[in-house]
Formats: sequence, structure tokens, C-alpha cells
Amino acid sequence: MAGRTPLFLARSGYRSRRLSDAARALPVLGLFLLLVPVLWSQDGRPGASTATIGVYLFIIWALLIAVAALLAPRLPLTETERAKPDKDGKG
Amino acid sequence: MPFNLLVLFCLTYVLFLFGVAFLADRAARRRGNGFLRSPLLYTLSLSIYCTAWTFYGAVGYAARSGLEFLTIYLGPTLVFVGWWWVLRKLVRIGRQEGITSIADLISSRYGKSNGLGVLVTLIMVIAATPYIALQLQSVTLSFNVFASDAPQSWALPDRGATAVWVAGGLALFTILFGTRNLDANERHHGIVMAIAVEAVVKLVALLAVGIFVVWGLAGGPSDMMTRIEASPIAATPLQPGRWMGLIFLSAFAVLSLPRMFQVLVVENADESNLARASWAFPAYLFGMSLFILPIAVIGLERLGPDANPDLYVLTLPLSEGYGWLAMLAFLGGFSSATSMVIVESIALSTMVSNHVIMPLWLRLRPRTEGAGDLRVVVLTARRFSIAAVLMLGLAYYRISGGSAALASIGLIAFAGVSQVLPAMLGGIFWRGATKVGAAAGMTTGIAVWAFSLFLPSFGPDAVIPAQVLNDGLMGLSWLRPQALFGTVGMDPLVHSVMWSLALNLCAFTLGSIATFPGPVERVQGAAFVNVFDSEARAGGIGWSRGHPEPEALLEMAQRILGAEPALAFFETEAREQGKAGYLPDPTPDMVAALERRLAGAVGAATAHAMIAPLFGQAVVTVEDLMAVANETAQMMEYSARLEAQQDELSRTARQLGEANALLTQISTQKDAFLSQISHELRTPMTSIRAFSEMLAEGDLPPEMVGKSGRIIHAEAIRLTRLLDDLLDLSVLERGTAQLHLSVVPLAGLIDRALDATAHIRPERVFEVLRDAGAETLFLRTDPDRLVQVLINLLSNARKYCDAPHPRLQIAVKNRAGRVSIDVIDNGAGIPKAAQSIIFEKFARLADESRSGGAGLGLAICREVMANLGGTIAYLPARKGAAFRVTLPLDPGEKPQSPAASTLS
Repeated sequence: MAGRTPLFLARSGYRSRRLSDAARALPVLGLFLLLVPVLWSQDGRPGASTATIGVYLFIIWALLIAVAALLAPRLPLTETERAKPDKDGKG
Repeated sequence: MPFNLLVLFCLTYVLFLFGVAFLADRAARRRGNGFLRSPLLYTLSLSIYCTAWTFYGAVGYAARSGLEFLTIYLGPTLVFVGWWWVLRKLVRIGRQEGITSIADLISSRYGKSNGLGVLVTLIMVIAATPYIALQLQSVTLSFNVFASDAPQSWALPDRGATAVWVAGGLALFTILFGTRNLDANERHHGIVMAIAVEAVVKLVALLAVGIFVVWGLAGGPSDMMTRIEASPIAATPLQPGRWMGLIFLSAFAVLSLPRMFQVLVVENADESNLARASWAFPAYLFGMSLFILPIAVIGLERLGPDANPDLYVLTLPLSEGYGWLAMLAFLGGFSSATSMVIVESIALSTMVSNHVIMPLWLRLRPRTEGAGDLRVVVLTARRFSIAAVLMLGLAYYRISGGSAALASIGLIAFAGVSQVLPAMLGGIFWRGATKVGAAAGMTTGIAVWAFSLFLPSFGPDAVIPAQVLNDGLMGLSWLRPQALFGTVGMDPLVHSVMWSLALNLCAFTLGSIATFPGPVERVQGAAFVNVFDSEARAGGIGWSRGHPEPEALLEMAQRILGAEPALAFFETEAREQGKAGYLPDPTPDMVAALERRLAGAVGAATAHAMIAPLFGQAVVTVEDLMAVANETAQMMEYSARLEAQQDELSRTARQLGEANALLTQISTQKDAFLSQISHELRTPMTSIRAFSEMLAEGDLPPEMVGKSGRIIHAEAIRLTRLLDDLLDLSVLERGTAQLHLSVVPLAGLIDRALDATAHIRPERVFEVLRDAGAETLFLRTDPDRLVQVLINLLSNARKYCDAPHPRLQIAVKNRAGRVSIDVIDNGAGIPKAAQSIIFEKFARLADESRSGGAGLGLAICREVMANLGGTIAYLPARKGAAFRVTLPLDPGEKPQSPAASTLS
């Protein structure tokens, strides 16, 4: 029965699962935050100035990059990391 | 700056790029590829997303529509930040299946169907041609900027000539470095390296111009902010529909653009690079767009709205007299354009040669030249494809006249390539997606795109008559290209994207649900969707039937891979099978590996089509798939059964061990019992012998003779009683005791027992507590045996109760057909440690003198009770000794089996 994913995981396995959950949630959160400025305008008139919106967008952007940079090295490359010696060596 | 100097500079830069590519290629071939596989290089090569459209066009876009240009970079940022969803899977599939292009991915997923490959290729070529034209246009325009300054030098080459020169140079470069090796999985190191250098150049150039603008022309960031507020750009609000629509569109496009797929998946050297790129590429985009708005604002301020805002990056430094900065900017733009064209043409040429030219070639001249080296054909096809793709772009540029604003062409191309997205994502996440669905979806999507966006973009009456634009196709108002189904108020681009993708998705889903996939399609679907689950992949199942000749396979492989690589591959396979030589058994797994290898060179569909004839008519069927699935299920069931059996076995072993321990213990007990018996028999025998010897000697006074005779008699009686007890015990233990069952009143039995024990230590007066009401019940039992037990208990109480005012309580309870008789005195009771052994044979408590018995009484009681179907137990934690006798009112079934009673 090898290869079946167990129902419960030890602490480290559990952590890396939750990290990949975070990696999945990040773009959704990002999309939401990037759509927020649209709600600032009222009746076609800009509610916030272009410069303000621009600064806001760049801050969100930088935050997304920072969080992704924090997550990326901590994520297990794949859930099934056994095919590591890749087949390149064959040919 | 003199124009010819610019040309010279440009040529030097191009030569430098050639050199870089050449060195990288050589380095890769000589010694490993450490740096060439690094995440940095991977990230930089991804930057071909930023074409000349970004470099020049983004500023123009910002000047026209404000912040909206950001959507083009925010979409890809979200895709990369969310790499865990899609990109990770795409890259893994690409590496596992040897995918050569996005058309190959879709054709391979849907049963290695070449038809789909052709369809995707067609879509990509249609969508990419204007995009390539756009790049040529940008280079030409940027040349013209310099040329218009210096008409005195060379006769100003007309813009067509510039484009031709650029296209020609690019074709040469691409053919030189892009078609060196056949296997698409062997990376184009030279090209990737050159692109990386160009990526750095464009970032540095744009940042330099931006810094110059913010700190040179404006007074730093805060001043920049006020200028932005004051500029006409500030008056353009975000349009919610376009803002959202364009973020989605650019996210879709980054997944489906052929050039992005090429660098992202095909050129990927190491999956872990993707993790780094997930944030590094968004950071690159961040850098590229940071100064776009300032450049646009200052450009509008200084150059006025008459100047082409698409060229502000170039004209702004030039007008301020910074020739070198303009030069750098020019190089950046040039790099953006060239790198895009190079990769795009490689990607497209791979598709065209693998999905269009090769299948045609194989069909036209199938087996005529058996030994012919197909590699030459493939490479030639690829070279011609590159030239053809560039020619197409050039022709489009010439015909369209290069008038449209850069940005709109880019977005139109985005919308076009996005039409493959439903089929692609559906293919890697949904096993139910079928070939028919994919074809229907893409056809519908591209048709709607062409009708509502692409063709109208040429202007009224160019392709679509103005009358159709206004009144709809065939006069049907709900078929107006830019207001389909009456959606009038929408932005044309968002309108087209929404309808084309919605209808695409509908057709894809309906088509998939309504049709049944073929066996190969199902194998591929499972392999793609479950790419991370190595168990679920059914490797060589596609080739489980038929037995091709290994020689034929080798011959065919040599035609595509070349003689030496093919031999090496076959030798490795043979060695893995444990065979010597070059001809492995054509097992399904071996054939599947070979097919993957071939697919890396000519695409999955062609590879499949080349292997299939060697198998004759033996094609895999749905039944084969079922068989394999069943086999797997059976294996799993079997191993589950084995596991259960093992559990069972270990449980049995444990039980056996326990039984063995018990047997050992019993054997020890038996030994102890024997020695105890011998001792008990020996004591009376000793005195009998002594006194009988004295009698035999004679000479004894008569009173001594009488005394000796009485002693001998008493000892003999004791001996007989002991033997009687032993016999009784053994009869009871064997369960062969004769029971004389009759219905008797319990109270009478207790009376009998009390009477029989009255003579023991008669000097002590016992207060006896009884409950006459509870005792009035009849039970069916052997009265003599039960009385024997009661007598034993009562006499023990009389003998051992040491209370000053001895009291004896006999409590009777009747519960659910079982009677319990408690005999409780108020003495000291039995010490806790002794409680567990009192029912054992010869278990006498320390004070031996008072007993006069052999210690068999309670043991016999226990056996009697077992024979009567009841139990006897010591009740702990009472004041005084307390025994409980429990027995059934009517022993309907046989008393407990003797074995159980002896073991317990």
C-alpha cells in the first residue's frame, strides 16, 4: 500500500501542506486586493487620484512578490518527490 | 547621433549577441551547464514576455489610458505568484512527456491527435503574426526616430527596407542557434543566454530612462507625484470592466503565448527554477513598469500630445540632448523586439514543422526511403518554418501599413492565444475533457475572436463591411460583431474576450460531456491529470498489444534520433532489461520510453504515428485499459488481504505464546502438587510406621499398645480422608462426578450445613444472621454437593474467625435466575496477598496447626461449584472473610466443561 497518502501527517508534513495551501491562496488574495481600487471611483468620477492608486498598486505588488519569495523556498517542490534523478541521463 | 553610427552600434550589439550565443552553446556542450541551468537565467529568459510592446508601447498606453497599462503585468504576476496551481503542473507535464510546444501539449493530451495540433498551430500563427509585425514596426519606428534627425547621412532607407533587414537578421540568428539540435528538450542554450543578456539590457535601459526622468527632468518622487496629478493622465479613471477584464486576459495570455510556453516549459532545465521565478519574474515586471507612468507624464508635458507617445522612451532623452541615453533606450527596445521574435519564431516553427510539415511528409512519402535520415527533413522543415513565420510577419507589417497603435495589436493577439486556454487547463485538470470538446471549443473561440475583434480591427470595410459592423451579419442585429447578442455598452475588447471565451468554454464543456474519448486519449488524460501521482500513471499501456520487431523500432528511431543516439538509447534500455547487446525486448514500457524520446524531437502525434504502423493493426482498446485498471485494483485488494492475514497470524502467534506460558505454569503446578501430595502422604505414614515398628518389637506395656493402636488408627483415617479428598478432587476436575439433581428448598440446605458444623469449636457461640424471606426459594441442584460447599465455608468461619463476639451472616440473593449465597464472618479476613491462592490445592495459610486439613477444602469447593454450573469467589474489601457462592436456579445446560474449569 506504499504511496497512499496517509490520513494524518507529522508536524513537518502538516506544515508543508499548509504552506502549499498558502501558496494557493496567495493569487486569490492578490486578485482581490488588485481589484479594490475599482471600487474607489464613484459614478465614473475617480474617487482617489491616479497617483494614490498607482502607489497603492505598487505596494500591493511588492507585498505579493515578498510573500511569494518567502513561500517559494519553503514549499516542497512536489508532493511526490521521488522521481528526482530525472531521465535526462538516459539519452 | 549620426544614423550610420547607430547602424554600426546596432551591428556591434548584434555581433555581441551572436558571440554570447555561440560561447554559451559551446560552454554547454563542453562542460556541464551549471550556470546555464540557474534560476537567474530562467527568470531572465522569461522576460521575453516584455516585448517592444512593453518597452515602447506601455508608455504610449499609459499616456492614453492611465494606469490601465499595469493590468498587462499584474495578470502574469498573479499567475506566477500562484505557480502552485498551474505552472508547476505544466512544467512537470512538459518534462515528463517531452512536450515540444503548446500545440504538442494539447495534441498529446487529447490522444496524440495531430488534427488538434494543426488547429492550435493555426491559431498561434494567426495570433502571432500581427504580434511579430508589431515588433518589426517598433524597430523600424525607433530607427526612424534617429534617422529623421540625420537625413544628411545615408539616403534614408524606407521603413520597409529596415524591417526586411531586421527580419532577415533575426531569421539568420534564429536558424543558426535555434535549429542546432533536433530534440526540443535539449535546450537552446545559446538563445537562452542571448535572451537573458537582452533581458538585462532592456531592464537597465528602461530603469535608466526612468531614473533620468524622475530625478533629472522632474524633481524627485514627490515632485513626480504632483506632476502626475496635474497631467491629463490623472483625468482618466480606471474602467472597472476593462481593469478586471485585462488582468484576466493577460493572466490567460501568459499561460498560452507560444513563446512563454517555450521558455517556461520547453526550455525549463530544472523544476526548482520555477519556484525562484515565481517571485523573481514578478519582480522583473515590477521593475519594468515602475517608471512607465512618470515617463508618460513627463513625455506629455515636454513633447506635447502631437508626438507619438509610443516612442517617448526614445524621444524624451533625445529631445533633452542625452544621446547616449537614447542609444541605450534604443538598444533596450531593439532587445525587446528581437528576443521576442526569436523565441516566438522558434516556438511557431516547432509547431509548424512537427504538426504540419512532418505529418504531410510522412504521408506523401511514407516508406520509400526507409533508411533516410529524417533529421535532415525535420531540421530543414524547421528552418523553412522560421523563415516563413518571419515572412508572414513582414508581409502583415507591409500590408497593414503599421498604422494601428501598438498596444491594441498586442491585446488582440492576447485574446487570440487565450482561446487555447480552456482546452489546455481543462486537459490538465479534468480527465473528462475530450478531443472533440477541445476542437469544438477552440474553433468556436477563435471564430468569435476573429469575427468580433480581429477582423474589425482592420477598420470598417477592410475585411468586414461597414454594413455588417453596424447592422450585424445577414442583417441580424444580435450578430453585430461588436455588440453580440445585444451587449451594446461594452468595451469592444472586453466584449470580444468575454464572448469568445464564454462560447469557447461552453463548446468545450458540452463537447467533452457529450463524446466518448478513445483509449489513447484516456491514457493520456490520466497521465496528464495525475502527473504528480506516480502510481496512477499507466506507462506503457498504450503499447500492450502487438509485438513489433526490435530491429524495425531501432531502424525507425535511427531515422529521427540519428544512428549513435538511437543505438545508445537502445543499449541503455537493453541493459535495464538485463540483456546484452543493442536490442531490448519491445516491452510496453520500453516502447513508451522510446515514444517519449521521439516525441521530444518531432512531437507526440508524429511519434505516435510513426510507431503505430510497426504494431500492425493491434491498437490498444478500452477493454485493455479496463484490464489494467482491474489488475491494479486486484493487486491492491490482494495486498490488503495479505495484510489482514498477517495481522491474523501474529494474533494467533500471540495466543499460542500465551497458551504455552499457561501450559508451562500448569506443569510447574503439577510438579508442586505431586511433591505436596507426597509430603502430605508421608507425614501420617511416618507416624504409622514408627508406631507399628514399636508394636512389632513387642515388650510394650498394654496401655502403650492401646495408645499406639489408636494413633495408627487415627493416622490411617487421616490418610484415608486425604485420599478420599484427592479422589473426589480428581473426579470433580475431570468433570465425571455423578450429580444427583433434585429440586430442594435453599433454606433447608443452609439448615443442614449449620447443623453439621455446630460441633466445630462448640465453645464459641456464633450469632448467625439469616434472611428467611430471601432463603425461601427452590433450586434444582445436587443438594449434597451444595451442602458440602456450605459446610466447608461455615466450618472455615468457625475455625478461623477470631472476633471476640463472632458473628456469621448468610445473605441470599436471587438475580436473573442466578442465586448468590454470601457467607460473611466478622473476623480478620484473609490477607490481600493470600486471596488469590486460597482456591488452589494445598493452599493453607500460615497457621497450619489449627487447620488439621490438607488444604484441599476450598479447591474442592471450587470444583464442585464448577460442576454445578456456578462459581465461588472471595469477596474482597468486606469486614471479615466473605465468600460468595453463585449458582443457577436451574442448570438447564450442562455444567461448565472440565477443561475450562481446570484452566481457570
